[in-house]
Amino acid sequence: MFGPEQGHFALALACVLALIQFVVPLWGAHKRNARLVAMAPFLAVSQLFALAISFFSLIICAVRDDFSVQNVAANSAASKPLLYKITGVWGNHEGSVLLWTLILGVCGAAVSTFGRNLPDILRGRVLAVLGGVSAGFQLFCLLTSDPFDRVFPAPMDGQGMNPLLQDPGLAFHPPILYTGYVGFAVPFAFAVAALLEGRVDAAWGRWVRPWAVAAWCFLTCGIALGSWWSYYVLGWGGYWFWDPVENASLIPWLTGTALVHSAIVVEKREGLKIWTVLLAIATFSFSLSGTFLVRSGILNSVHAFANDPARGVFILALLALVIGGSLALFAWRAPSLTSGGLFSPVSREGSLVLNNILLCSICAVVVTGTMYPPFMQLLAGRTISVGKPFFDAATIPLTIPLLLAMGVGTALPWKRAQLARTFSHLFVAAILAAIGLVLCFWKFSGALPIACGALAIWVMAASVTDVLRRIGLGHSSRSEMLARAKSLPRSSWGAALAHIGAGITVLGLCGMSGAQHAIVEIHVGETRSLAGDDWTLVNVHDYAGPNYRAMQADIAVRHNGKLVTMLHPEKRDFTTQNQTTTEVAIHTNFITDLYGVVGDRHGTGADATYVLRLHKNPLAPWMWLGGLVMAIGGAFSLSDRRLRVGAPKRSAARTMAKA
Amino acid sequence: MTRKTRRLWIVIACLACISSAAALTLRAFSSNIVFFMAPSQVKAHPPAPDRTIRLGGMVVAGSLHRITEHDAPVNSFNVTDGQASVEVHYTGILPDLFREGQSVVALGTVQKDGGFTASEVLAKHDETYMPKEVAEELKRTGKWDPRFGKAPDAASWDTMTAKKTGG
Repeated sequence: MFGPEQGHFALALACVLALIQFVVPLWGAHKRNARLVAMAPFLAVSQLFALAISFFSLIICAVRDDFSVQNVAANSAASKPLLYKITGVWGNHEGSVLLWTLILGVCGAAVSTFGRNLPDILRGRVLAVLGGVSAGFQLFCLLTSDPFDRVFPAPMDGQGMNPLLQDPGLAFHPPILYTGYVGFAVPFAFAVAALLEGRVDAAWGRWVRPWAVAAWCFLTCGIALGSWWSYYVLGWGGYWFWDPVENASLIPWLTGTALVHSAIVVEKREGLKIWTVLLAIATFSFSLSGTFLVRSGILNSVHAFANDPARGVFILALLALVIGGSLALFAWRAPSLTSGGLFSPVSREGSLVLNNILLCSICAVVVTGTMYPPFMQLLAGRTISVGKPFFDAATIPLTIPLLLAMGVGTALPWKRAQLARTFSHLFVAAILAAIGLVLCFWKFSGALPIACGALAIWVMAASVTDVLRRIGLGHSSRSEMLARAKSLPRSSWGAALAHIGAGITVLGLCGMSGAQHAIVEIHVGETRSLAGDDWTLVNVHDYAGPNYRAMQADIAVRHNGKLVTMLHPEKRDFTTQNQTTTEVAIHTNFITDLYGVVGDRHGTGADATYVLRLHKNPLAPWMWLGGLVMAIGGAFSLSDRRLRVGAPKRSAARTMAKA
Repeated sequence: MTRKTRRLWIVIACLACISSAAALTLRAFSSNIVFFMAPSQVKAHPPAPDRTIRLGGMVVAGSLHRITEHDAPVNSFNVTDGQASVEVHYTGILPDLFREGQSVVALGTVQKDGGFTASEVLAKHDETYMPKEVAEELKRTGKWDPRFGKAPDAASWDTMTAKKTGG
């Protein structure tokens, strides 16, 4: 049981089940045959079961050091710690495709389990679309990137894993990020099902929104985790490099954020229906192309095709089928969707429209910046690259009106707003933002960080004062306020939290723009000052780790003569892989990070000098903390009672939030 | 507010955002695009001193020197594409994957004296130990054709480049 052949067979079985799941419910829905449609949930659950067996088999192969399996031999080694043997399963192309389909299977099973209050036909169609996507990627896995391929003769030991990737942060980053990517398959399936049905109404908005929010939470966490990983592992003091792999996760996040907001309008006011359907399709399309085109390097380098032409052609055909097919369906059916309620430009709907336009503009800029270099290479043969200066110059000016609108939007009522009243609601927040602006002038340097920092405070202040106003601060008794706070919908609390999280992240980014660093080469015992602190290299010693040799430096950081912390950065030499890694030492008090890296040693004995890289990063932890707060806000809004109405026993929303 | 005026408002907002996004993108492109150049291209057509470029090639074996200037380590090394070599100065810690005789990509500006001041040195590479730009450049200059076997290993590059720059 659970050998590679069993895993392979289970994968093939899952593929067949997915194909049936694709065809039968669609046919049943077309013929109005309730029994065929009702097969979908059963098929989705059994497909997940088969996939779980397949994935578990691959893990077992890796744990047992079965080097006759090509994938294990190429990516594992007998000496690797058990945790990384397991997490290494999804650290390579084949394994990650398998993980991708497994998560898609989980999504299908979740829809069939928690979607019991959906109309049968809609649920059948949603599951059919998910099954179709699943089948495509399982075929891709089976035909071009089979993780269960055997090698003969089996090597004695595997080739090992990049030591850089042997890190707990990175071990759990891919599954969370993938859950975010794949999670958007559910809103996509709902959109396609709605197009097939030719009807989008408030109920559709209410069903689709929790799935979009759940996927958005995971994507937010995944991006934050990835950025944190590059900050503390790569040792450059940077947190975001604007490289295609990172942009591939940011693009669906931007459209996904727009989707989460526009679905509110569908739900509350039956407006923006066609647009929401298009956003659901676009978000999943970006997730798909992000994971597969950019990650597999097809667009990045032309000769990725040459390495494995079958893989490239297959994935392009599959993407064309999924994206092109859904867009064609959209073009055909969307005009039949009727548009909903009227609203004035200055209203909650109006602000959400503005939010969507701005988010999509930012997304368009990021897409252009990411795709332009590879296309220039393909068409003109010139190798160019665009980096941080481009993205900063092009996205920040669009972010400023977005932040401004975030504060105003929550204070506006639906349908039509009275300007005078809105301004009186926002008065306190505006004063706080003005105080924030003064603070930012004092703390930050540069026009953009100051402006963005003040706007971040504006967003947070507007969210807090909005909640306070709604629970009646100032004109009701304490018990009344408590009662109002309890009856305020959880989605309002969630939205406020998510906006506060966004503000925290922006403040962190502004703080980081004032980060200072120095690269010094000093003897043991010498002291250098950076940004008001004195950094002393106290001692350097060597020691042997389990599979590496390390050089550890002890750095004392003093502020006005008082010891703040001791930092112990290391440089590790992995002899078997002939690779060195840098272990960064970080001391944080959640306001400022002190960040130390030790480089090369030059000379010997008492005369030896050491290269040190010292950073002082103000507000750095806030960037990721804000991401976490945003995700918590999303999870909070998932637990809203409104989403549980009609759901039997256990709530879809709550269990999803836990998952 | 009728449906028509609402649509007009939305269209105006869309146009405003999209056009400002396009303007910002074009403006940022015109000043921030970074071209990749090989040492021979830098020698033939030196870019303006304020223009950031990516310089890529192989680190000439035995060319790495290190001096300390104002407490800061300054690394100098030569980068070659087999036709010309450029001296690179970099203040900072060289990446863990940096090796003499292997490929490297440096981000920075060309100085008036023909030297190159790097603000960032990248030695990220794939399993052929070569960044894709460097591989492309080697193919272009005819030093390596992937159709006729693997990339030349570091040892053979050492001799190829040493002859060129040492002579």
